[in-house]
Amino acid sequence: MTGNEAMARGAYEAGCKVASAYPGTPSTEILENFAPYEGVYAEWAPNEKVAFEVASGASIGGARALTTMKHVGLNVAADPLFTMAYEGVNGGFVVVTADDPGMHSSQNEQDNRLFAPHAKVAMVEPTDSQECKDFMKEAFEISEKFDTLVLFRSTTRISHSKTIVELGEKIDAEVKPYVKNVQKYVMIPGHAKVKHYEVEERLEALREYSNTCSLNKIEMGDTKIGIITSGISYQYAKEVFGDEASYLKIGMCYPLPDKLIKEFAGKVEKLYIIEENEPYLENAVKVMGIDCTGKELIPVCGELNPEIIRKALKGEAFEEVYTTNVKAPARPPVLCPGCPHRGIFYAVSKYKDIVASGDIGCYTLGMMAPLNVTDTVICMGASVSAGTGLQKANLMGNREGKIFSFLGDSTFFHSGITGLINAVYNDSPIVTCILDNRITGMTGHQENPGTGRTLQGKPAPMIDIEKVVLSVGIKPENIRVVDPYKLAETEAAVKDAYNSTEPFVIITKQPCALIKDVIKKRVNMKCNVITDKCKNCKMCLKSGCPALSFKNGVVSIDKNMCNGCELCKQVCKFNAIEKVGE
Amino acid sequence: MNEVKNILFVGVGGQGTILASKILSEGLMKHGYDVKMSEVHGMAQRGGSVTTQVRYGEKVYSPLIEKGNADVIVAFEKSEAARYIPYLKKGGYLVVNDYEIHPVTVLIGQEKYPENVNESLRETVENTIIMDAAKIAEDLGNIKAQNVVLLGALIKALGVENIDWNEVVAGLVPAKAVELNKKALAKGMEA
Repeated sequence: MTGNEAMARGAYEAGCKVASAYPGTPSTEILENFAPYEGVYAEWAPNEKVAFEVASGASIGGARALTTMKHVGLNVAADPLFTMAYEGVNGGFVVVTADDPGMHSSQNEQDNRLFAPHAKVAMVEPTDSQECKDFMKEAFEISEKFDTLVLFRSTTRISHSKTIVELGEKIDAEVKPYVKNVQKYVMIPGHAKVKHYEVEERLEALREYSNTCSLNKIEMGDTKIGIITSGISYQYAKEVFGDEASYLKIGMCYPLPDKLIKEFAGKVEKLYIIEENEPYLENAVKVMGIDCTGKELIPVCGELNPEIIRKALKGEAFEEVYTTNVKAPARPPVLCPGCPHRGIFYAVSKYKDIVASGDIGCYTLGMMAPLNVTDTVICMGASVSAGTGLQKANLMGNREGKIFSFLGDSTFFHSGITGLINAVYNDSPIVTCILDNRITGMTGHQENPGTGRTLQGKPAPMIDIEKVVLSVGIKPENIRVVDPYKLAETEAAVKDAYNSTEPFVIITKQPCALIKDVIKKRVNMKCNVITDKCKNCKMCLKSGCPALSFKNGVVSIDKNMCNGCELCKQVCKFNAIEKVGE
Repeated sequence: MNEVKNILFVGVGGQGTILASKILSEGLMKHGYDVKMSEVHGMAQRGGSVTTQVRYGEKVYSPLIEKGNADVIVAFEKSEAARYIPYLKKGGYLVVNDYEIHPVTVLIGQEKYPENVNESLRETVENTIIMDAAKIAEDLGNIKAQNVVLLGALIKALGVENIDWNEVVAGLVPAKAVELNKKALAKGMEA
């Protein structure tokens, strides 16, 4: 099982009843794997804050509840996190934060272990898939026993590594009765002041538990070297040192087991702290007055691996025997062949004086050459609001220049709507391009409020993006709905938008080329280069479609990649590209 | 002695490296090995350079393979073999798909796709197996089965033909693709 599959299984075995999440790599598959279990309710929420609050309500209502998100998702949900830390739980409440060291698919490398002491809640951290399952069950127990939500920290290599898991029995955790208790569940200042004291007392009780529970474990080997470590770093440390060292494996990383750490430090000669990113454990150990070595040798930036540890702590490495003069070309990710986002980016790329405010999703790739359309990306939903800021800077600096914002359907529902309301309310004549591909794409095709289906496969009302746009106050004459596979139509909309002096919205509608039904429908649709007519002008290559190539002086289209979107055909001025197949 | 074998799959997002490594892991696990597999999702999958790693033995700790320690590298795209060659251990096997995918950097003329890749790989690594898996799969009926053709060659290189791979394949691919994939596996093992 992957770590994510195992977390889902653990939540099921723990009798978790309600789960709500917003997809985000590397957390997405937890809910996808939880949703099919019998007797559970699971949903995709429009964003992490909503998901967190749904799970909070479910917990207050007495159900064991789960919410999952990527590390930056917890920033979105930080508001309810800090207050639910005061309110505590009724049904057990577990919050998964899946961090992304190395930023395989993220915009920053924040270490969410730091959230636990900040919010003053317990945190557990597994080292493989078996522990993902077992610790999840334990986390629900801790949550109810200590009346606290529990943060469950994973990382990309925990979530997306497969290791062997032995399954356990499902616990019968019925939904507890709900009893009205305003002192506990209404955080007005008067109640919160009392609660803060309780939170501090709870942390002391949790610290005692951390010192004695089975989540934190000493494994004695050679005592010349002692290693305190947690998460995937434990596996790397074992790989490198094996029995040549002793280990304190931290499974409950907040509150830390102070007595256990002292005991362990006293048993070993040299103490290393092996952890990814921030010196979280190291700082805590040093504050206790214990001498140890960590970030002097192990880097803060980037993902850790056994090779780095081996070089840093042992001064060794496996011999690299083979080298070649063949230089592999850089291979950055790109918009897929037939991606419906390409059309609008191609149309906008003709306007060199605009500033493009991008967003989180596949369309971030609009920044790549040869399209080069994207000047800034911050976080989910920021395209529209940062677009307004850019426009206001132009205004105050007496500068010309149009601002185009780009975001997808799911990101629009996530937090783009509020930015658009702001643009209307504060009269910001930016162009918001909503690239509606009928799915949450980058994370691997999750349903969203616009797709007409729920996570558990039930039909759902489709929230109509055009109606939302109209209802927040964009004038009907300032809205264009286009098919991005039709270049002339898309270019006309971009031209109107460029010339408009009011807030303007372009909605492109065409489903993601990777959706199974779309692949099936388009399987025989291809484009083909008519070599006789081709002048080798390479205009088509400017669309940046990876199905096109220029080999041995000839432009050709890889028929296994092409889905017949016809963008290149429309770009070609010599009618040298034809459509074949239906 | 706890001997751990390391297999590195490299390719381009969308080529099916994950399914191939899944089949491999499942078969090895059923055979009683401890197995760890690590894959990458999200942004990198969009036509970028991707790796999947499988490690197996009596007891495996890290899911990641270190440079100079891979027993086999399976390259789904030939220039990717060159990129990851430093990971190969002395005497290790290099299984290469004779298939080119030009990245956007080449498409727009920023870079050149390297020449004589196959020859250079053969000169560098004694145990180089180059096969046109894409062509073999296409002849069998669907180019998508190229991953399973390569898997067949890998199974032979690892010497684990004794596992019932047909059964594992049947459990992991859609029903209508089972026969095709079984044939693809056999073809790969012939090479």
